Amino acid sequence: MTNHWVDIKNADLVVIMGGNAAEAHPCGFKWVVEAKKGRKARLIVVDPRFTRSASVSDFYAPIRPGSDIAFLGGVINYLLTNDKIHHDYVKNYTNATFLIDEGFKFDDGFFSGYNAEKRSYDKATWQYQKDKDGYAMVDETLQSPHCVFQLMKKHYSRYSPELVSKVTGTPKEDFLKICGMIAETSVPGKTMTILYALGWTEHTVGSQNIRTMAMIQLLLGNMGRAGGGVNALRGHSNVQGITDMCLYSEVLPGYLSAPTDGDKTFDEYLAKRTPKALRPNQMNFPQNFPKWITSLCKAWYGSAATKENGFCYDWLPKKDAAYDAMAIFERMHQGKMQGFVCQGFNPLASMANKRKIGDALAKLKYLVIIDPLSTETSEFWKNYGEFNQTDPAQIQTEVFRLPCTLVAEDSGSYTNSGRVAQWHWKAADGPGDSKGDAEIMAALFLRLKEMYAKDGGKFPDAILNLAWPHRIPAKPAPEELLMEISGKALADVYDPKDKTKVIAKAGEQLAGFAQLRDDGSTSCGNWIYGGCWSQAGNLTARRDAADPSGLGQTLNWGFAWPANRRILYNRAGADPSGKPWDAKRAGIRWTGTAWAGNDVPDMRPDAAPEEKVMPFIMTPEGVARLFAPLMAEGPFPEHYEPYETPLDNNPFHPKNPKATSNPTARVFKGDMDSFGTAKDFPYVATTYRLVEHFHFWTKHAHINAVLQPEHFVEIGEELAKEKGIQAGDKVKVRSNRGYIKAVAVVTKRIRTLDVDGKKVHTVGLPLNSGFTGVTKPGFITNTLTPFVGDPNCQTPEYKAFLVNIEKV
Amino acid sequence: MALQSLDIKQRSATTTPAPSVRKTVEVAKLIDVSTCIGCKACQAACMEWNDIRDEVGRNYGVYDNPMDLTDKSWTVMRYAEVEEKGRLEWLIRKDGCMHCLEPGCLKACPAPGAIVQYANGIVDFHEEHCIGCGYCITGCPFNIPRISKEDGKAYKCSLCSDRVAVGQAPACAKACPTGAIQFGTKEDMQDYAAKRIGDLKERGFDKAGLYDPAGVGGTHVMYVLHHADRPQLYSGLPADPGISPLVSLWKGFAKPLASLALGAVALGSLFHYVMKGPNEVSKETEKEVEKEGSQ
Repeated sequence: MTNHWVDIKNADLVVIMGGNAAEAHPCGFKWVVEAKKGRKARLIVVDPRFTRSASVSDFYAPIRPGSDIAFLGGVINYLLTNDKIHHDYVKNYTNATFLIDEGFKFDDGFFSGYNAEKRSYDKATWQYQKDKDGYAMVDETLQSPHCVFQLMKKHYSRYSPELVSKVTGTPKEDFLKICGMIAETSVPGKTMTILYALGWTEHTVGSQNIRTMAMIQLLLGNMGRAGGGVNALRGHSNVQGITDMCLYSEVLPGYLSAPTDGDKTFDEYLAKRTPKALRPNQMNFPQNFPKWITSLCKAWYGSAATKENGFCYDWLPKKDAAYDAMAIFERMHQGKMQGFVCQGFNPLASMANKRKIGDALAKLKYLVIIDPLSTETSEFWKNYGEFNQTDPAQIQTEVFRLPCTLVAEDSGSYTNSGRVAQWHWKAADGPGDSKGDAEIMAALFLRLKEMYAKDGGKFPDAILNLAWPHRIPAKPAPEELLMEISGKALADVYDPKDKTKVIAKAGEQLAGFAQLRDDGSTSCGNWIYGGCWSQAGNLTARRDAADPSGLGQTLNWGFAWPANRRILYNRAGADPSGKPWDAKRAGIRWTGTAWAGNDVPDMRPDAAPEEKVMPFIMTPEGVARLFAPLMAEGPFPEHYEPYETPLDNNPFHPKNPKATSNPTARVFKGDMDSFGTAKDFPYVATTYRLVEHFHFWTKHAHINAVLQPEHFVEIGEELAKEKGIQAGDKVKVRSNRGYIKAVAVVTKRIRTLDVDGKKVHTVGLPLNSGFTGVTKPGFITNTLTPFVGDPNCQTPEYKAFLVNIEKV
Repeated sequence: MALQSLDIKQRSATTTPAPSVRKTVEVAKLIDVSTCIGCKACQAACMEWNDIRDEVGRNYGVYDNPMDLTDKSWTVMRYAEVEEKGRLEWLIRKDGCMHCLEPGCLKACPAPGAIVQYANGIVDFHEEHCIGCGYCITGCPFNIPRISKEDGKAYKCSLCSDRVAVGQAPACAKACPTGAIQFGTKEDMQDYAAKRIGDLKERGFDKAGLYDPAGVGGTHVMYVLHHADRPQLYSGLPADPGISPLVSLWKGFAKPLASLALGAVALGSLFHYVMKGPNEVSKETEKEVEKEGSQ
């Protein structure tokens, strides 16, 4: 979330799209209810199904799964056509005025620079025009045909309400009503918040779904504002913490871009990762990259990391190919992996295309499962009849189950969707032989280290020299780990403005990432958490609910990364002169000498407004990007059909079959054959979770099992009638990858949509089922889902694919 | 009873006067259907607090589960899909005991002290006195109590009388994530409801209102409804509940017959005593019973 949970109550309009907050985040949903009660806020829900969130909404509109960009692009067109944008904000705080290379084009579904063979773009023409100093050129009048504003206007002029309705199936009058409600928040006195989740990410255009909404929020001037923002509701209690700490191979902790094979030396690596400002006077905060990565290397390798050896840069793994979850299972499926350590992850149930995952696991020599529960993955080899048809005699994988403790059985910190890390205290010992995750990892590490020390090996240095400064090496304490993550001074750290003044003595915990240095005098396990455990102690353990502003900022409750900032980009909550856009919901203001207010300023504290230091400090241009050349499939989001679409073509590009689906999506060789077509699989399917269950966990808990005991699928009344299916019947749902059987729920809440002259039925597939636990044993829903991913972050397309359904 | 906050105002099949010295406020639970998301946290909390675990059932083609109230599910969510003015509404109502001011169950109950009403308005079943006749079900205009197959006794929501007695809100109210279940004095709940109803009217629900039906003297569980003119829309919430005429009949004519049946039960107990010997009662319990009797 750019904002945070409590802040939702400050919104005038709450939009839930690409998510179902009431279902997946019932506790956080209370702030939506608070907004309705306290501010008379309106709630809009746009979803293929009339959801639990929709049940308490003011307005609901249906949408075909996988057509969100068409809808949101239509909203952009509406805002621009009807001049419902926040002009001062757009002109000053976005790259609307920036001039783009004259060679940039968009032609019938493709941007300039596409390479069909590589399925990727050469982005040379997607760049800013630059002046002789290397700064981006702008047109303050917004009139140049090459400025972002005009290019954007042209790009979305095609998204007429008629075409939007034709593609999305959303009735035109519903679409226009929503556009009108959204447009009302373009005035400075109103804000809109958007709550989304995996309903937007799990598409081959997932990243662009979110970007389209970010563009809308920028046009409305809602970023950096109380009650505004683009708010990702994370799917697990601590999945924010997981991504921050990087249990993800593409980046290092704190979202530092990981080194690749091409980055031969530390200097080369730093040069590529440290951007230069693209406009004068901008903070260009990523210029501090060398400090973050050096401090990280010091945290990892301690005294072994020296300036002379490039802080052990050579020991870091260099990426030679993709190593995201999809790529890992692809490699495993090809038989190229021997072992897999699976910690807190149930891929057989949660990855797309269960059969492929099961086949892949069967090719391993060994599989280590670290989990408190007997997950489906840990029993992938076992024959559960129709639910998991295997021949154990044919599977040679050796499975080790290492039972670990649950969250209440260990201390530690949780980071919620609002980036607030909160410490929790151990409440009970784990049962039986279970051990904490850190203890298990420590045991593995120490044994490996011992073996390397004794027997040697190809590359022992990184293991033998890893810093392990734990009082009990076999049992690293959660407190020690958080202190390491937060950062400390290894030598005295001096004030850069006054080289005689020591701001942190050697051995002290640092106050924040501003104190990090690139000379090896500081260590920090994750720069964005810098200062969460300062000399003042563990700030994540704070529980002061005092809220002087009444906005719910509670600056002394836990610790929000970065720098305990509650609303990101909060400088944009004030006008260029430093006066809040809305005095009643003021974040920070310019006092005449400094930035101050109800939040930790997202701005250099002494940057006077006259200096024109712009609010989006993490971009080298200082402003937010309406035009974003980093994206794989184009600088402007464009509607592409899901990889399995019920339509014959992309109605935006009916004559260009190559532009039907995202031309840059991640498809592995062989997986193309696993896609089905509308001829055999005429219905659109989408997957989701139910409030009664937490993923595949709570089916192991009796009470949850009572509340939702058996797997079901949902269909609308019209499809049920066509297929002779009644509520309670057992049905079989098939995709080109397999089938599941479940009970049919027949409902008015799923409507048949009129899309491009066709009737489109949606089949809803809850995913909490599986064959272990105390609920009725069931099929794994991901038997049906396709193994194709978003090209930016490789998330599979779980939310829009094709199936058929019949009564059993 | 031992707890002053649970002074008994009425007791089934009993004519002795109720304690009347202490002043206790009337409490109420307010269920704001317009902010309920149907998450079933209330069902889970009810099972947790009251140490009841219903069976793992199956899916019947709807979201409801368990499908109906049972001796081990004292509250269930009921889901209704309704089309109003061409737009769909999903009306989700938490069902359970309404804790009527004039409880039909208590009036119908022939077993002395099996059903009591406290001065704070809570209607509670004291299962140790229950004879399992099921008259409470007949007497209830909301069809709430259920007889257990295990012990033949009637069970229902106690409004967490044990929690309320020590100043805590019922478990369901405590667990409700959206604040759709509120708990407090009946007066405060009426005030709170008025605000919610104002908000709903402003959003176009002209007939929004409070469900506190006069036919049973009002209730200590109330609903805020978007369509207060048609409570039936909410999975058959009765529009005008009242105590069944059968109960009046029982009060007049049939009671002697039932008393006879009670006699038979007493006889049964005698056999039990002869065959199995006396139930073990500790000295402490005996003392407490004596104390209670002397109150």
